[in-house]
Amino acid sequence: MPSSVLADVRLLTESFDAGAELARFTAAQVEAGGIASFLGQVRAGGGVEALELRHYGPLTLPGMEALAAEAQRRWTLEGLLMIHRSGEMVPGDPIVLVAAAARHRRDAFAAAEFAMDHLKSESWFWKREKVGGQWSWIEPRPVDFEDKRRWDAAG
Amino acid sequence: MAKLVFLGRLEDVAGGAEREVPGGPLAGVLVTLESDLAAALSADRIRLALNGTLVSDRNAIVLGDGDELAFLPPVSGG
Repeated sequence: MPSSVLADVRLLTESFDAGAELARFTAAQVEAGGIASFLGQVRAGGGVEALELRHYGPLTLPGMEALAAEAQRRWTLEGLLMIHRSGEMVPGDPIVLVAAAARHRRDAFAAAEFAMDHLKSESWFWKREKVGGQWSWIEPRPVDFEDKRRWDAAG
Repeated sequence: MAKLVFLGRLEDVAGGAEREVPGGPLAGVLVTLESDLAAALSADRIRLALNGTLVSDRNAIVLGDGDELAFLPPVSGG
């Protein structure tokens, strides 16, 4: 990826319009042959009334920016979009949007998946859910670490 | 005074997101806290960041005036 192409990395404390963000990102990627995107949203079910993500200012956004730089180093990208929410959300709200634009689809798919696997397992977020009016913290899942580990050998 | 910051479930243990404490070596600071909080902060899987930088050797930490020490439990993002 040419160094002139910057990643758009944002940590938001208010809700965002994922469709509009993706449309704007896509419109700017005239050199890309494909764009792979992932949208994570708050799941309904299990009696979940709300979900809250907390972050730590000095670490969270710098960590996301380092992750974006690593994805840009590993794959040939035309553009990279990474938006992550912090704060309180309700079912249906977008949590995370990742989009990778590349000349060829393999780079786009791989970079988007790499970014998601690392956002889930390594980024500085802590999550809690409200069920029946009671908040409880969510522990990381072993599968999130396994998903991330797949990339460790791929250098 | 230095500031301790508690992330994730540690906030519940501490009863607040932050706490002002007198400076000094970390071990000396921890013994002034409630024993359940000190134990939670001392767990192996809790990582520490001093003024925004991760610290690998917690025994080397000496808090000075204005320092911010964050206690970071395992993350659960996305």
